[in-house]
This record gives sequence, structure tokens and C-alpha cells, in this order.
Amino acid sequence: MKYLDEYRDYDSVQRIAQEIRRITTRPWSIMEVCGGQTYTIVKSGLQELLPSLVTLVHGPGCPVCVTPVAMIDRAVATALLPQVILCSFGDMLRVPGSTQSLLDAKALGADVRIVYSPLDALQLARSNPTREVVFFAVGFETTAPANAMAVWQAGREKLSNFSMLVSHVLVPPAMEAVLASPQCQVQAFLAAGHACMVTGYEEYFSISQRYGVPIVVTGFEPLDLLEGVLMLVAQLEAGRADVENQYTRAVQREGNLQAQARVAEVFEVTHRVWRGIGEIPSSGLRLRDRYRDLDAELRFGLKLEDAAESAECIAGLVLQGLRRPYDCPAFGIRCTPDTPLGAPMVSSEGACAAYYHFGRRKNDVDSLVSLTAASY
Amino acid sequence: MSILSCPLPLPATERILLAHGGGGRLTNQLIEDVFLPAFANTALHARHDGALLAIGGARLAMTTDTYVVQPLVFPGGTIGDLAVNGTVNDLAMCGARPIALSAGFILEEGLAMETLRVVVHSMRDAALVANVPIVTGDTKVVDKGKGDGIFINTTGVGVVLAPNAIGPEFIRAGDAVLVSGDLGAHGIAILSVREGLEFEGPASSDTVCLWPAVEALLEAGIEIHCLRDLTRGGLSSALNEIASVAGLRITVEEALIPVSEVVRGACELLGLDPLYVANEGRFAIFVADEDADRALSILRSQSVSTSAVQVGSVYDHRSGIVTVRSRIGGNRVLDMMSGEQLPRIC
Repeated sequence: MKYLDEYRDYDSVQRIAQEIRRITTRPWSIMEVCGGQTYTIVKSGLQELLPSLVTLVHGPGCPVCVTPVAMIDRAVATALLPQVILCSFGDMLRVPGSTQSLLDAKALGADVRIVYSPLDALQLARSNPTREVVFFAVGFETTAPANAMAVWQAGREKLSNFSMLVSHVLVPPAMEAVLASPQCQVQAFLAAGHACMVTGYEEYFSISQRYGVPIVVTGFEPLDLLEGVLMLVAQLEAGRADVENQYTRAVQREGNLQAQARVAEVFEVTHRVWRGIGEIPSSGLRLRDRYRDLDAELRFGLKLEDAAESAECIAGLVLQGLRRPYDCPAFGIRCTPDTPLGAPMVSSEGACAAYYHFGRRKNDVDSLVSLTAASY
Repeated sequence: MSILSCPLPLPATERILLAHGGGGRLTNQLIEDVFLPAFANTALHARHDGALLAIGGARLAMTTDTYVVQPLVFPGGTIGDLAVNGTVNDLAMCGARPIALSAGFILEEGLAMETLRVVVHSMRDAALVANVPIVTGDTKVVDKGKGDGIFINTTGVGVVLAPNAIGPEFIRAGDAVLVSGDLGAHGIAILSVREGLEFEGPASSDTVCLWPAVEALLEAGIEIHCLRDLTRGGLSSALNEIASVAGLRITVEEALIPVSEVVRGACELLGLDPLYVANEGRFAIFVADEDADRALSILRSQSVSTSAVQVGSVYDHRSGIVTVRSRIGGNRVLDMMSGEQLPRIC
């Protein structure tokens, strides 16, 4: 397939992997920020191609995973209101709240619909004028422009039966939270290419300088990720800490200015609680005052207690790269994709689910490594 | 984000969830926890696509399946085609020539008669192609809102022609794993109409009767170890079930697995894995390695399996897991599907 096969080419991948092995002399710990990157790494078995000195740790960039329990509870409570059609991306449906997930609510009769775009939710609102259509807006900078567009459009059309439950989060504050942690072991970042398509990467220069970490804006295909790792290792080995762009075919330094303008018009920066991590200052988006009448939390008067996480779940440590999914005693036993204790076991981009699905259980890793040696 | 997964947690749930019908982990749990204990008998416990019954001197296969797909008519077929081909194929996977089908209809009040005619005519045509008569039937009508247009149940009876027993327990280390053609077309065709999505080209269901391909293998004297049609849950669920029953490791090469450009494009766009997407006219064949080339050339001579290929092998590794060697040379476990990727595809 054009524009994809080139980035999954065996020979090119092996060539770059060999170059990484050639230049690596010391142990390095690199975090890929985005869950989509984690998915590719685990699915394609990328870690096996890297020298043992280079460790990839999986970051907090899975929007499903970091949406707080209280927000899931609010979505469930909203969905259970008789007049409401709650629209969400599919992955959010399975995430456990404090007592129920959206799918549990659906089995109880709530009208929960999977949509592929917030604009689909708008269309539902137009065609169901007697119902209240609520869109559950989660995601990073990548999905913010489309969500902002939906709000703007609803405002323009005066669609009085549309509202949004907003739980938007931002990447750079999360990277800073990881770096500021006293136990932080991350020495370099593969930044999330798709978020940077929107925002550009101007903001990363100050993070890179203040913490002395190299940052490479990176794409999502195996070849992208390996090239990103190569650029980071080259910097680390040379003692440099710069911001570089591997994903030049999609990302420009200033980003997509039109999208940024739409987001800024509709949303403003706010503090946000990240599931498993806690509150990170200025790490989220909420609707601006002029759009507050489209805020589902206000419209339906949702005031819910903050809810507790599963005591056993170590998602916070996993999302900060401090633990591997298989370090959790519940992993694969009490916590599986069918019975998730925490959100990273739900989304395909969640580190725990990716490890589970693609066999990164501790024993399997050993057996896969021996497999590579034995079978091929 | 895999935006289409519509799955369900909580296996100890007190309610039926959509994923209980998805063909993945929860479906298996439902069978093991509810149906097997209640209906316990030898034929059922074999858990093949169909039950094998020895009656007098005859070896019969019997199978049943219920079809609830939406939309009722989709590119490449209708619920009627599925209802005939799906049941005939389950018989074929037992090495059995279909000899008769039953058809039970649950119709919703208000259904357009024309829609019913279209569906029934497609059943007639599919039955003609499969050379199997529909010999008995039943009709019920439910109140408007209590059905979804048409639900169809078909039961099939066939005569087993395979000389040796066919099933997951008969695969051996060294066996070749063949698939009969490109994967994922049915699931993507359903999705494209249901969601009004347009991809790079037309997506059309692969629904077809597979018996001619199986018959050709049997007539050529190929010793088939196991057959499995790749319906709900796709290749990955089928291979996982087989590996787990056999207690052997199956390894497939991602680069060898045939997937059309349209299906690949749609899967990339939607975050789906073609190895989990449903098919209605594709099957996996396990034969001894030395028979693989001959089996492939026989399959390729049949119109329903012209692009058959070998995608992997069975290894003497008592793990019961399926692994994939990725395009770029890494290895991973190919897990059984959790929840379901697409609701109501067959």
C-alpha cells in the first residue's frame, strides 16, 4: 500500500536497526509518548530489533487510559438519563468507571452510540431534535480541532440539543510531569507526531533545554520509530539535547495554524486530573465561557464525588514509564482486556492491553526471544 | 485508537453483553459455563463446526447457525446467502458433502415483502450453487420493534466423505497452514455500508460455498488434518482455537497473509486488524508439509480458492499459542479477540 509499505520495509528497518546497534555504546532509556507508537512497537516486535542497551518505555499518551474515573462516572450518569444519546469513540465504552462502564450502561438500556467523528454526533443531534445528544470529547491535541469544529458548528446552527462532555488533555505538560518525577529514568522522548501536526513543536524547545533531554518528533510506522530512536541515540551518545523532527512528511514546526485558531476560539487551558497520575497543572482543555451552554457537565448538573481507582492497579506507574505492565501482580490474571482493572488494559493503545494482546507477558518475552533465535 | 472495538468486560456478568455473541473470549466462556454443562454429550464436546454422528453405517455431520446481520442486503450478498453458505461451509469443514438444509425465519412485523423476496431468492440461488435442497422450514412473526427485519436459522445435514477424522486435535508439528484467499472482505463490506464509509475501492463480501474446494482436496486424496472457516473473529480466533485444542504452537508470517488493498486501507483507517475481521468465504487448511504444494495447486484450480497460499506452520512447542512474525522481522503473540471488532456481521 502506497505511503505505508515503504515504512514497513524489512530491509530498510534492518538497516536502521543495524545503525542503531552500531552507534550505541551505553544504556539509554527512551520514552515514546503516544499510545499509537506503543501499539506499533509492540505489534511489530520492534524492541527485539534494538540493542539490549536501548530500552523503550511507554508513555502516558493514550487518551482512553488517562481519562479520570470521575469523568467516566459522569459519562455513565449522563448516558443513563432517559433523554440522552451519548456518543463516544468505541474504546471509551469499555473503560471501567468506579462501578460501571458505558457498555454496562448500554446493557441497562442507556442509548450509547459509537461514532467516528464529533460531526457524526452533530448529525445525530440534527436528526433527533427531541433528544439530548452528548459527545464525550476525549483526546489529545490531535482530536481537539475536530471537536472544536463541532462545538463551533453547533453554536453557529444554534443546535440547542447538542452538548459536549470535555476531558481533553495536552501532551507537553504530561511530558514535563514525567520529567519532574523524582524517580524519572527517561533520558529522551519520541514525541507524538500526530499531536505535533496540529500544534507544531515550538513548545518542546524549552522542555528540552530545561531538562536537558533530546526530543524527536516521530511518526507511527516501524521505520519512523526506528529512525526516531536512531536520531535520539545519536544525540544522547554525542551529549546533545535538541529538538528534531523525524516526521517531516506530516509535521511543520509551526503546526496547523488554522486548526490551532479554531481550538483556541472554543477551548481554554485548564488543570486536569490524569487517571493514575493525578492532577497536572495546565494539562487540559475546557470549553470557553462563551460556549459554556454547550458544556454537558453544566447542562445536566453533574456533580459526582471523586472516585477511587482499583487499589491494585499500577497504571499510574506504567503511564509514567516507571513500571512495565507485567510488573503488576494483577496483569493477565485479575486484569485482562475482558476484565480490566485499569484503563491501560482497555484501549488497544494502552500499554497493558498492547502487552497482553501481543504476548509481552514476562515468560512469553523470553520464549519469543528464543523463538527468534530458533525458528528463523 | 481502535475506535471500532465494541467489546465487553466482566465475564462474571449477570447480563448478556454483545461480545457474548462475538466469537471471541466471552463466547467461549458462555459455551463453557452455560451450554456445555447443560447439554453435555460426546458429539457436542468435540466442539467442531458441526457434530459428527454415526448412524447405521453412515457418517453424518450436522450443524446449525443463526444469522442476524445488518444490513440485510450488502455488497456481495444478503443475509440469505450467508444463511445458506455459512451452514454449508460448516459442514464442509467437517469434510462433509451437504445433503439438506432447513430454514427458520423470524420476521418483524412491517417488513417489506420485497425485502423478504430478495432474501429468499438469494437463498434459492445459493442453495442451487451449493447443490443442496432446502427441505423444511418454519416462520414466526414478532411485533414491530422486537426483531430486526429478518433473523434466519439454518440447519444442515451432510455426509462425511473425508476418509480420516478432521479436527484441531489431528494437526501435527510440521504441518503447513494454508488459507484459501484474501482475508477481511466480508467484515469490511458490512462495515462500509452500515457506517456509510467509502474506501479506496468497492468492498464486497466474500460469501461463497466452500464445499467444491474441500471436495477437490478429498478427491485428490490429500490427507486433510484440520479445516476451519474463518468467520467471526477471523484468522486469529480460528488459529487460537486450533492451537489451544492441539496444544501446539502455530506461527504465521504477516508478510504472507493475503489482504486486499481495499481491506488493508480500510483497516488502517479504522484501526482494525485484518486478522480479526470476519470472512464468509475463506477457510484455513492444515496438511502435512509434503502435501502443501499439491494442496495449493488443487485449491488454486477451484474458483473459490484461486489465491490460496501457505501462511505458516505448526511447531512442536507445547504452548498452544499462535505467534506472528511481523513484516519487519519481530515476533509477537497473536491473541484471541477480546470483545468484538464489529457488531452483527453474520
